[in-house]
Amino acid sequence: MNISPAKKPSTKFLPWEDPKQEPLVRFGNVTKRFGSFTAIDNVSLDIYEKEFFALLGPSGCGKTTMMRMLAGFETPSEGTISLGDDDIGSVPPYKRPVNMMFQSYALFPHMSVEANVAFGLKQDKWPKNLIKERVEEMLSLVQLEQFAKRKPHQLSGGQRQRVALARSLAKKPKLLLLDEPLGALDKKLREQTQFELMDIQEKLGMTFVIVTHDQEEAMTVASRIAVMDHGKIIQVATPEVIYEYPNCRYVADFIGDVNVIEGRLNSRTDSGIKLSWAEGQNDISISNNTERSADENACFAIRPEKVHVTHEEPLDADNRIQGEIHDIAYTGNLSTYYVKLSNGIIFKAQESNRRRLANREFTWEDKVWLSWRNTAGILLD
Amino acid sequence: MDRKFGRFLLIGLPYFWLLVLFLVPFGIVFKISLSDVAIAIPPYTPTFDLSAGWEGLKSLISGLDFENYIWLTEDDIYWKSYLSSLRIAGISTILTLLVGYPLAYSMAKAPSEWRPTLLMLIILPFWTSFLIRVYAWIGILKTEGLLNQLLMFVGVVDEPLQILNTDTAVYIGIVYSYLPFMVLPLYSALEKLDGSLLEAAQDLGCTSIEAFWKVTFPLSMPGVIAGSFLVFIPAIGEFVIPDLLGGSDTKMIGKTLWAEFFSNRDWPVASAVAVLLLLLLIIPIVLFQNQQERAQEAEK
Repeated sequence: MNISPAKKPSTKFLPWEDPKQEPLVRFGNVTKRFGSFTAIDNVSLDIYEKEFFALLGPSGCGKTTMMRMLAGFETPSEGTISLGDDDIGSVPPYKRPVNMMFQSYALFPHMSVEANVAFGLKQDKWPKNLIKERVEEMLSLVQLEQFAKRKPHQLSGGQRQRVALARSLAKKPKLLLLDEPLGALDKKLREQTQFELMDIQEKLGMTFVIVTHDQEEAMTVASRIAVMDHGKIIQVATPEVIYEYPNCRYVADFIGDVNVIEGRLNSRTDSGIKLSWAEGQNDISISNNTERSADENACFAIRPEKVHVTHEEPLDADNRIQGEIHDIAYTGNLSTYYVKLSNGIIFKAQESNRRRLANREFTWEDKVWLSWRNTAGILLD
Repeated sequence: MDRKFGRFLLIGLPYFWLLVLFLVPFGIVFKISLSDVAIAIPPYTPTFDLSAGWEGLKSLISGLDFENYIWLTEDDIYWKSYLSSLRIAGISTILTLLVGYPLAYSMAKAPSEWRPTLLMLIILPFWTSFLIRVYAWIGILKTEGLLNQLLMFVGVVDEPLQILNTDTAVYIGIVYSYLPFMVLPLYSALEKLDGSLLEAAQDLGCTSIEAFWKVTFPLSMPGVIAGSFLVFIPAIGEFVIPDLLGGSDTKMIGKTLWAEFFSNRDWPVASAVAVLLLLLLIIPIVLFQNQQERAQEAEK
């Protein structure tokens, strides 16, 4: 097998924008019911070859059901799931070119690491010498060569996770499913493993689908993210788009932190549109929305890190509001200021702590100005 | 000082129990096995004469010998009953495993709210005396019994089958009586099994049946071994079941022992048989304990 060193793709990888590209996986109006409960509600979704696709959502949103349908442990109640040219909706798991890395790892406790990795290959009746070769290759990929003879219970959590990965990769599946693969690891190891997963995915050129409830994890590893809620897909986009241009309040709120101000749109000018939101306050001007027209209710959403905090009124800023510091959350690298506006709304603004804590400019009950550029926020329904 | 005494008492009590209720009786049986049969009360000689003191003990020891053990090797009825016991116990163990495994498996797969009830149903027969339950089987298996009536009514057989007083009846009796000892360890091994392991096996290319043989069965091995020993060990020395359900040609060492003791009133030979039976059982018991230790090691 041909493994080239991992490198950043030189050309942009955007198969979903190319109408000529055929998706590898296609969900066509899939509905899945368990008794009277609808777990997946008329979902259509395309996943392209070599994507690292993340299904993200809170528990019970249906992301695991989506994955289990891909693995073959559940069959859709309605609709079709195709892999390449084949409809795989009712193909049993053992006949699919799809492998899964389980959340609990599901390593066979009575078998050595080696035998675990070889399990699927033996099942497919590979010749012995090829199995041996492939197992060695997989173990070196996850850097576990010296643990080949150990039993799973003699390994650490991180090592078990790697064995599970090696086992699921061994059969060269067309599609690898990862069910909360890093959930059981501690934070440091998790971050490190995220990059390893991306490296491996790039090296092998495989298609990965990851299920996670951890938005940071999804943002880090994925080429595209599908945000799910109550059995529906709310938005499918790249991590940047999901973060910068969420299509609704749910997505904006689920991914990262956000300030939301409700108001009414008024006049549209050359520099954009204005939102009036409280009496006696300047309207908020938004320049990056061309769709909305005046006299509509709307929400303005802005991420806390895009809001600046100053003592002096920043006269050159596009938008500025005065308020009083209500609370400060200090997290080491960042400080989040909870600023109370005149109408009682708490507005979050985040500054990175370039200076030491003792030199901090702001303290509780300071009168401060919040300011941001007119491209920093977006309008939602 | 007090704590030391307390600890001594705590550890000492079970040893005292073993000494009084196991080692001393065993010593008496061993002594009788070295004696000679006599027409007296008790029916063996020599007996220990307390009043003679030291001299009495000396004459007692000089009167003991191993001739009963030599006798056991000379008459083939004894080693034949030993072998026959092993055979019957072995076959019964396999049959119990075949009946018990599906039972334990379906219990472990049952919805969790049913499991306590199912478990209780397995233990329920213990509420009735073992002896009475074996007697009940006579009523079922005898020529004009329930089973034959049913088979003739359904039309499977024209003549009643001779089941009672055959080895088949002994197998039925042992499988029935010892089934809980097989099911319980199997159930506890199967219940612990993580369902995602089976999904992983299917994901890697196994059908459900292959997944059973490659994952479920090997992982239930500790239960299989524990259950098999728990059936095999008591089945070797079983007396009631072969006596009540077996035929005159069903040879088991427990029956031979009983016959020596009560029919022949040959206590010394009976005791020798008992001592040998114990030695015979030590082998599987030691094997069983080793296996249990290894199973516990593996769980750590």
